[in-house]
Amino acid sequence: MRIRQGGWFIILLVILFSSLGLGPSGFSQAPAPTGAPAQLKVGIVTFLSGAAAAPFGVPSRNAAELLIEQLNAGSVPKPYDRPGIGGVPLRAVYVDEAGGAERQVAELRRLVLEEKVDFVIGYISSADCLAVAPVAEELKVLTVLFDCGTNRIFEERAYRYVFRTSAHQVIDSIGLARYLLKVRPQVRTVAGLNQNYAWGQDSWNTFREALLKLKPDVKVVSEQFPKLFAGEFSTEISALLAARPEFIHSSFWGGDLEGFTIQMMPRRLHRRSLIAFTPGEPMLPRLGRDVPPGIIVGARGPHGPFAPNTPLNQWFVRAYRDRYGIRPVYASYHMAQALLGVKAAFEKAMASREGQWPTIDQVIAAFEYLEFETPSGPIRMAIGKGHQAVEPVAYGVTGPYDPQQKEVRLTNVMTFPAECVNPPEGVKSEDWIRQGFPGARCP
Amino acid sequence: MLDTVVVIGTDGLIYAAWLFLIALGLSLIYGVLRVLNIAHGSFYALGAYGAASLIGLYGRQDLWLYGIYLMLPLAALAVGGTVGPLVERGVLRWMYAREPVYQLLATYALFLIFEDLVKLIWGVDPIYAYAPYTLLGEVSIGAITYPAYSLLLIGTAVVVGVLVGVFIRRSRTGRVVVAMIEDPEMSTALGVDVPRMSVLAFTLGTVLAALGGAMTAPMIAVMPGIGAEVIVLAFAVVVIGGLGSLEGAAIGALLIGLLRAATVHLIPVLELFVIYLVMALVLILRPRGLWGRLEIRRL
Repeated sequence: MRIRQGGWFIILLVILFSSLGLGPSGFSQAPAPTGAPAQLKVGIVTFLSGAAAAPFGVPSRNAAELLIEQLNAGSVPKPYDRPGIGGVPLRAVYVDEAGGAERQVAELRRLVLEEKVDFVIGYISSADCLAVAPVAEELKVLTVLFDCGTNRIFEERAYRYVFRTSAHQVIDSIGLARYLLKVRPQVRTVAGLNQNYAWGQDSWNTFREALLKLKPDVKVVSEQFPKLFAGEFSTEISALLAARPEFIHSSFWGGDLEGFTIQMMPRRLHRRSLIAFTPGEPMLPRLGRDVPPGIIVGARGPHGPFAPNTPLNQWFVRAYRDRYGIRPVYASYHMAQALLGVKAAFEKAMASREGQWPTIDQVIAAFEYLEFETPSGPIRMAIGKGHQAVEPVAYGVTGPYDPQQKEVRLTNVMTFPAECVNPPEGVKSEDWIRQGFPGARCP
Repeated sequence: MLDTVVVIGTDGLIYAAWLFLIALGLSLIYGVLRVLNIAHGSFYALGAYGAASLIGLYGRQDLWLYGIYLMLPLAALAVGGTVGPLVERGVLRWMYAREPVYQLLATYALFLIFEDLVKLIWGVDPIYAYAPYTLLGEVSIGAITYPAYSLLLIGTAVVVGVLVGVFIRRSRTGRVVVAMIEDPEMSTALGVDVPRMSVLAFTLGTVLAALGGAMTAPMIAVMPGIGAEVIVLAFAVVVIGGLGSLEGAAIGALLIGLLRAATVHLIPVLELFVIYLVMALVLILRPRGLWGRLEIRRL
């Protein structure tokens, strides 16, 4: 991290802030700390092309764009009303996550060595997270993983420079198993429909293990693993219709999720079996009134329709909708968590140094085990030696269409607190499930 | 037991029909022009986007309900009829005399350009056009419900296959095309207007690719990236069937469709594997594909 001294940065800040249209009043509210850089450059890596762009990449990029602008203007509600980060404006460099893990490793090096970013927020794909984390460590650059789901990152090794401000995929699977047993306590037969790659297989395996632990007499009658982005699911739907499971678990996302939903509706699969889409929430504002009733959807945490009704969330939803014409989806919330987490860590580190600009080590120390406010409620960096967030998880069933919200209302919403669905510090998810969730605190 | 066989057969036929529609154009273009066309995926995607736009447009008018199905071939003709000649005259004709690797690079470059063009025109948000998918209602076969659209897909594949077959075997132009496939040098020597035939064959291939996309549009969320997915599948089909052969594409599609359906119903974990297993076996036992007759004569 570059640290400049003297009056230069004040002059620079004045110029920068006035060019942002803030004027002296905005500036006087936030005296820049001593030793602060003129700006903080953040590399934002998310899918800007390919199949993950529309459901996750663009909504997260939009959230970053909106928040950085509003943070710089000091117009985010408390406790984030101090402009930029500790008075230092943010500047973003956006990088497309498409192209595979090797390319992302090269892009990360470029961001750090050529663009000289101060920190990086990024990565939706678990493969990319697993590939860049060790490189971020080697480059000694603060890297916040914002959306990827694999629990392997902090369960397999410890990191100093890498953080993840959203929970891993285990909460979706354990949460859904618990939700299912609340709404269908007598369930006997289940099936899985998951994309044939790490996310789909991990999601299904975790769900199956968790459910069988909670209710050992459940029978798995069909396990479908179509190719990622297959698009055409006619045969899988037939197989699921023929297997007649009472419940179907699916971690489908994006085009596969929407295509499958379109294809199963006329065949009434959702009337024969109760279907759950663990990351189904982004589909709701898109398909609007055409979302079939009676399916379970999740949002990988308390996001979107599951988010708490706080001033911060109300502000986030309104500002996002005003600008992009659609409400934020869970990827947008994940991005907000990452940006606000970094801001909270920097400002906590500054507070402990009486307002002086912190070193990267101090920021890391402040970030570990941090608890901070987000539009999704308070987030705790509780596991992975303080580098991995835990979150509650919520599920609901799609109900009638609400013309005002332009999407279906969710009924039977249940939220499972973080202590109920996340393994405790130092315990691997797999072991936690196998041992029967010791220490879980559930309602 | 019988139920399972019927369901596997139906599912297999539906998938085979879809595969045949996306693979036929690729096979035809290779057969006539000897170009392995990676941009085939783009034509598929453009067809899907074109159809989605036309379906949306038609749906907003107060017109005859079932006329919406005309939008599918219309989109295919509009996309194929404009993009096909442009690409053939603008890019590919400079590639015929070059090494195949240049053709691959050129068509791959086209694929990337079209991918961005699609984003420029339609944005990255998915487009939905599923009215035609649900409009025809459902049909029960055995204990399983199918959308009637799936049967329409099978019907379309049969009709398209027959039409292309009749065109190639019976019409004068078609026979000239076959002559070009079998012996390009001799047909040139006999006065075949090769550039004209090349445009024609390439455009036909493009229309077929776009039709594959247009027929798929009502079943999916039309979004960037859909083109990339079908290239590999289409290649698998034509490699199994034999590059450049109509019957080969049909046999390849049927073989993959039925085997895949059987796998999904009986051993679903192998679904992804089975297509490539068939491809590998065919390549080992019959490197020119099951119906690679034309290739052999060319020697």
